[in-house]
Amino acid sequence: MQISGAQMVIEALIAENVNTVFGYPGGAIMNVYDEIYKQDGFEHILTRHEQAAIHAAEGYSKVTGKVGVAMITSGPGFTNAVTGLADAYMDSIPMVVISGQVPMSLIGTDGFQEIDAVGISRSCTKHNYLVTDAKDLPRVLKEAFYIASSGRPGPVHVDIPKDVTAQIEEFVYPETVSIPTYKPHTKGNKRQIKKAIDAIASAKRPLFYLGGGIINSNAADEVRKLVKMTGIPAVETFMARGTLHHEDPLLISMLGMHGSYAANMAMSETDMVIALGARFDDRVTGKLSEFAKHAGVIHVDIDPASISKLVNADYPIVGDIKGVVLEMIELAKEKIDAESYTPWLETVEHFDKLHPLQYFEDTDRLKPQWCIERVGELLGDDANISTDVGQHQMWTAQFYPFSRPRQFISSGGLGTMGFGFPAALGVKRGAMDKVSINFTGDGSILMNIQELMTAVEKKLPVINIILNNNYLGMVRQWQTLFYDKRHAETDLSVQPDFVMLAQSFGGVGYVVRTKDEFDAALKDAIEKNVVALIDVKVERLENVLPMVPSGGSLFNMMLLEQKKES
Amino acid sequence: MADERRVISVIVANEASVLSRIAGLFSARGYNVVSLTVAPIPDTEYSRFTIVTKGSVRVIEQITKQLHKLIPVLRVSETEEMIEKEMVMVKFPITENLSDISVLSNAYNGKIANVGTDTIVVMVADEPKRVEHFLTAIKRYHPIEIVRGGTVAVER
Repeated sequence: MQISGAQMVIEALIAENVNTVFGYPGGAIMNVYDEIYKQDGFEHILTRHEQAAIHAAEGYSKVTGKVGVAMITSGPGFTNAVTGLADAYMDSIPMVVISGQVPMSLIGTDGFQEIDAVGISRSCTKHNYLVTDAKDLPRVLKEAFYIASSGRPGPVHVDIPKDVTAQIEEFVYPETVSIPTYKPHTKGNKRQIKKAIDAIASAKRPLFYLGGGIINSNAADEVRKLVKMTGIPAVETFMARGTLHHEDPLLISMLGMHGSYAANMAMSETDMVIALGARFDDRVTGKLSEFAKHAGVIHVDIDPASISKLVNADYPIVGDIKGVVLEMIELAKEKIDAESYTPWLETVEHFDKLHPLQYFEDTDRLKPQWCIERVGELLGDDANISTDVGQHQMWTAQFYPFSRPRQFISSGGLGTMGFGFPAALGVKRGAMDKVSINFTGDGSILMNIQELMTAVEKKLPVINIILNNNYLGMVRQWQTLFYDKRHAETDLSVQPDFVMLAQSFGGVGYVVRTKDEFDAALKDAIEKNVVALIDVKVERLENVLPMVPSGGSLFNMMLLEQKKES
Repeated sequence: MADERRVISVIVANEASVLSRIAGLFSARGYNVVSLTVAPIPDTEYSRFTIVTKGSVRVIEQITKQLHKLIPVLRVSETEEMIEKEMVMVKFPITENLSDISVLSNAYNGKIANVGTDTIVVMVADEPKRVEHFLTAIKRYHPIEIVRGGTVAVER
């Protein structure tokens, strides 16, 4: 079949079972958009900013497990998308991002809307391509989807000059991929797995350290089984929330900078860390030399570069979590006695009783944590939860009762303010049967507020719950604690009227000051089934606690005290 | 941990921008490059990079892993069992003691490569350490220009 490069893009997306593309047109990508106009194989969702298109595709990918697809034009279209690419790269989200480029004859001439896109995306993608001949397009697109979704997933960027999308060539979409230089290692070494199980069996205080790789590997069911049958307690990273059900008796909580006292103490006291798809991020470990100081380390990861990068692994296992955990389950049946960890579980329980994750309703204003717990009570499993970045994000990770993987969608590694709302649009599109809640802050929500238009146009009724403390709360918290209360440029007293703002786009808005108002607003927003901004006036000076100060040891936490901050 | 000098040999697919992927990896992650050479491997679709780097054992391990993670990289080898050679060319004023220079370059596996009206050029190809010695030895002959080729290496 002789077709244009632009038509090849459409055919490839349909062949890859893509049913939603997020994007924004422009000069260099117009040939492709012309073909989008003519096709009905997938839906295109026009966001109102390229950054939002990438975040929406990320949200869609995270909730569905499929490759997220976004399309943008050259120059500023591409540079606006870079934050999204970097975000997807840091959080290992499978994505294919297609950008237009100026025609080949103009490349290198500082042409209109020209930028060295692959030069920029090189450091924030898993791989990228500049396609200089339409003959290469079928192979490149096939490889892009394969690379994005295999091994440790990540975003792949394909940059296509305008004349290449116009070029007519024979099109046969390859059925298989053959990249001699890329063979991701997926099967864990049996001998190593056996050694690891022996090490666990001889440990007295083993601890599962569950990471986001489990969710990427769709291995939560297997991990739940392994945890249950071994009777070993588990901590989750921020990225792994929902791996275990919140009611799982062996789930301690999240660990790290804002992890629970019990989770961080368990990590400090364990004698055998079993890391599954976690990467020992600095927000998790605190001071490295003090991290899990008494413990041997088993580290299962599909990315060999993650193993022994920061913490030396005594039992490194390179492979896909799911397969490795299945083998662990078989071996554990004989070798691990779930009863033997009772004293260790008692210790953990003691930690949890000593300083449980909690907050006190000790001021007149609503507590942000209450709002999160309340949504959990009212919606629980019926909602998918996304967040922006800041205090509200940490409270959500701490207090929402997650019950399944892919329920929690947030920007972990890059910490991108403005992620939550557009991501929630993608989440809603990927899971129309669930309520899509975005917990956000009064700072974050303004960083992609234009997406109210997308939400209204495409009928994606995301409910944004703004935990409004009139501050850039997390920065304010650090200023309070470490900068002698000099709140430089973090006071956001001047704000839009969020109700009118929502209404002006065709959405609904609410101001909430009490618990009753909160319930009523949430109920009404769900009934109205249209994008909503719920402006919740919360306690201004609430801090996220516990807190391990940056660079401090996990066991050295600032803890909640029952008194008001002066 | 003390820094160690290591030679890393990397075989990569011949394709556009592979040099910038490798150079970009070193700069983005703050790794040292002492020298870097690259040339196609005959009768294949691959090229070989020879990178001399310095770092702690952990950093060297990360470098090899991160290199291997790049999609176009076929193989990364990093062993102490490498035969290393480096070529250097040096230009001298013709007025210097030419027989001394000739004897020295012979001693370091080299020779006079070109004689012009005002200058002569000698070339030497030897182990990187011996090249250093050569460059120290010829200092007194007022070299005008020194061009080092970077280390190339092959496993024993």
